Amino acid sequence: MPENQNERTPFVVKDCALIAIATGEKAQNLRELRDRLLVIDAGSIYYHFWAGRLRPGFDDPEYNNDFASWGRHALHDGKIAERLGAIDPKEFESLEDLRHELIEVIEERLDESEMVPWAKSDQQFNFLTSQIVVFTTKKSLEHPKDLVDAIPRMSVGSIFYHFIDAMRRTPNKTDDFREWLSGFNQKYAGLYDEIAKLDPYFQTLTQIREQLSQIFKSYFKRSSK
Amino acid sequence: MKPNLQQYAKVTGETVIDHLLQLAEPLKGLKVVHVNSTRMGGGVAEILNKLVPLMRDLGIDAHWEVIEGDDTFFQCTKSFHNGLQGNVVEIPKSTLKAYEATNEKNAEKLCPILQDADIVFIHDPQPAPLLHLCSNRRGKWVWRCHIDVSRPYRPVWKYLRNFVTDYDASIFSLADFAQLMPHPQYLIAPSIDPLSDKNLELGEEELNAVYSRFGIDPERPLVVQVSRFDRFKDPVGVIHAYRLARKFVPDLQLVLAGGEATDDPEAKIVLNDVYDAANDDKDITILLLPSDAHRTINALQRAADVVIQKSIKEGFGLTVTEALWKGKPVIGGNVGGIQLQIVNHHTGFLVDTPEGAALRIRYLFYNREQLAIMGEKAHRFVLENFLITRHLREYLTLMLDILEGSRERIDLK
Repeated sequence: MPENQNERTPFVVKDCALIAIATGEKAQNLRELRDRLLVIDAGSIYYHFWAGRLRPGFDDPEYNNDFASWGRHALHDGKIAERLGAIDPKEFESLEDLRHELIEVIEERLDESEMVPWAKSDQQFNFLTSQIVVFTTKKSLEHPKDLVDAIPRMSVGSIFYHFIDAMRRTPNKTDDFREWLSGFNQKYAGLYDEIAKLDPYFQTLTQIREQLSQIFKSYFKRSSK
Repeated sequence: MKPNLQQYAKVTGETVIDHLLQLAEPLKGLKVVHVNSTRMGGGVAEILNKLVPLMRDLGIDAHWEVIEGDDTFFQCTKSFHNGLQGNVVEIPKSTLKAYEATNEKNAEKLCPILQDADIVFIHDPQPAPLLHLCSNRRGKWVWRCHIDVSRPYRPVWKYLRNFVTDYDASIFSLADFAQLMPHPQYLIAPSIDPLSDKNLELGEEELNAVYSRFGIDPERPLVVQVSRFDRFKDPVGVIHAYRLARKFVPDLQLVLAGGEATDDPEAKIVLNDVYDAANDDKDITILLLPSDAHRTINALQRAADVVIQKSIKEGFGLTVTEALWKGKPVIGGNVGGIQLQIVNHHTGFLVDTPEGAALRIRYLFYNREQLAIMGEKAHRFVLENFLITRHLREYLTLMLDILEGSRERIDLK
């Protein structure tokens, strides 16, 4: 666990809003998807794995990335859907590495298929990207225990910013909660480790909020005994 | 009644309103002008009637201007609408000239206002040429397209593209509608207003009044489709589905509620087909309601156990959103924006045939517990995704983005 002495730094709760932007690039079959993935902006790959969670959508998705979902529902190819769905973006150092893995999986499927799976013309894959606006809420927390009450009240935008977006901007590629706790030396090592077990990729933002809340609640309940 | 933000806090919670207030903080005092072609009637006017006062409530100097035109102008723009939705339409050159001349005439009055604005939103094709006619503009201009342009009739799109390509950005409702253009294309899905007559909570008395007015038995199962009498909404297919489902749900009642037949000859033909298909069945109620019968529509949707929207082509399908908001699972056609709203086994069922619709009607009436669970999920889904507060938030985000010059992320201090 990293250490730095910033016990006095408060945790400033931030929030974010997202707007989706169409790139105009589309794919109608698996080969086109591969070809577009070779050149599409990395921001679009980020959107289809992570940022899209802030867009209107059902909070109980069958697949956690849009490529897998399209494989199932538009191409009707269960194998490609399952293989793409099993890709865990956290395992890759960069979006470029993630891009290569996507292409690898698709090429493997193309190699073993006698025919290239096609989607109907009204079910093409639309490559999107997004713009995020980050703003500071009026909430600022002095002590980790304050998060027990604060987390259940956080918007999904705040959860996205502090838990998912943080992976792109924190030095240790973790989340803001752990980054903050690491400033208290080893005092909250147990809590830090509990949060580290939480997997943001296979959960919705609402589920992450619930689980984080539970982790903080249980930790401080135990430590008060 | 002009909406104000605090009224929405009761529905969405304070956090959502705080969110809007903070996003709008840097936009305070900004002059924003919306332009469309009608102040009354139609989805665009309905949304602007809400959005503009709410933007003003947030401190934005928002205005709404309307262009004027004669019959030829509106015939032309109706043809544009049909053409953009994929119908083959031939528009005479003289009609196109009239369209351009009408915009030139409107530009004389509007340009001084628009050129002074920080952001101008031009809604749909009617006022699209204003951009080129206001040469001294200082702000950003955004074209907001509310129409399904996923597969336009190419000659119509080719003509209109000349007017919209130079905008700073455009907005489409769904990703599928976006076109290749040299500017950012934002995606903002439509929304419903939970406080409007069409969606607000109704008392028991008002529901009872609808039962007795239309001869509906509140004790028996009821399915409702609210839609224009239009082939794309497949009302005859709904009657077919009802007949199939009645074999298993013998007490089933069906209401098909739509607008009064206008001078649209196609609507009259479809309506006659519907009457023929209904064949005087006393448990099928066909209603021709005036365009302002919002509370009646609201009551009918609330009276239904299950709502159907068996479209075979659909832009977004706000009637689906309205029904989901009222806690009703929806059986909808597997097309367009309905696919975004109906999640099989969660908020309803997507179907491709009357047989599929009948199967799902039967399923829901035999699984009342599941019907209730799906209704709850449906309501929550709309609460989190398709209310006007989300729509407003996305407009604010877009405004910040376009003013900041589309950097990868914007950090507001």
